[in-house]
Amino acid sequence: MRNGGTVVPVADVHVPIRGEDDIVASRQRAREVARQLGFGAVDQSRIATAVSELARNIVRYATNGEGEVIVRETSHAERSAGIEIVVSDKGPGIADVDQAMRDGYTSGAGMGMGLPGTRRLMDEMDIDSAPGRGTTIVIRKWRR
Amino acid sequence: MGRVPIVRIAGTLVATVLEDLHDRDALELEAELFTQLERTDSDGVILDLSVVEIVDSFLGRMLNDIASGVRLMGAQMVVVGIQPAVAITLVELGLELKGVRTAVSPDRGRLLLRKLVADEKRGHRRAGR
Repeated sequence: MRNGGTVVPVADVHVPIRGEDDIVASRQRAREVARQLGFGAVDQSRIATAVSELARNIVRYATNGEGEVIVRETSHAERSAGIEIVVSDKGPGIADVDQAMRDGYTSGAGMGMGLPGTRRLMDEMDIDSAPGRGTTIVIRKWRR
Repeated sequence: MGRVPIVRIAGTLVATVLEDLHDRDALELEAELFTQLERTDSDGVILDLSVVEIVDSFLGRMLNDIASGVRLMGAQMVVVGIQPAVAITLVELGLELKGVRTAVSPDRGRLLLRKLVADEKRGHRRAGR
């Protein structure tokens, strides 16, 4: 956090996802870190909503409904500070990531706009997933 | 009684969301609104979201579902006070909530609700002739 010229690093936040209650916990923590990093109200809303979508995917689709959300500050040589959120689970994985990224795709539980919608809220989204190995999604947003 | 207080003012149920809702709180709000609509013979619902900072796809879909259910029960609902940041996020997410009537403030919401209820009653009278 930039505060009168001094740089105060924002500590990484780990939120275990074990059930529905943790969806709200993870999005609130992400919003709080975004605010500390100087993101405005609209970006705070985008970031918190993106985290909510991904955390809910864990609760809905991961085999045991468990995973983790890590929220941290990140930086890039040519950009200002940013926020990076890593959402991971050991669930069934996504067989076809390209298909899951298309609007209107749904794996049957009515979350068809989950991944494409989440992508639109953020600046970057990387998905690492394979059947049986689980899914790790990294999303980033840079401060304007 | 769930976590969203519901009060009845002159035939209208007014529900004010005061905190970030868990999924089950949203489902409970839906059930409670429908129960109170029937029990109190109300013709309208105002759902105030002015302090809500996050509406994700689940809550967005719940708003659509609640609006549909309220209409099926012969009443009307207006959602008021959606924050600018929430509106931008919902549009980018791809949720435009086309089935949900909205107003920028509780005052405008009350006026819109009375108009919707009056239009509905006129429509019924015409259809009945």
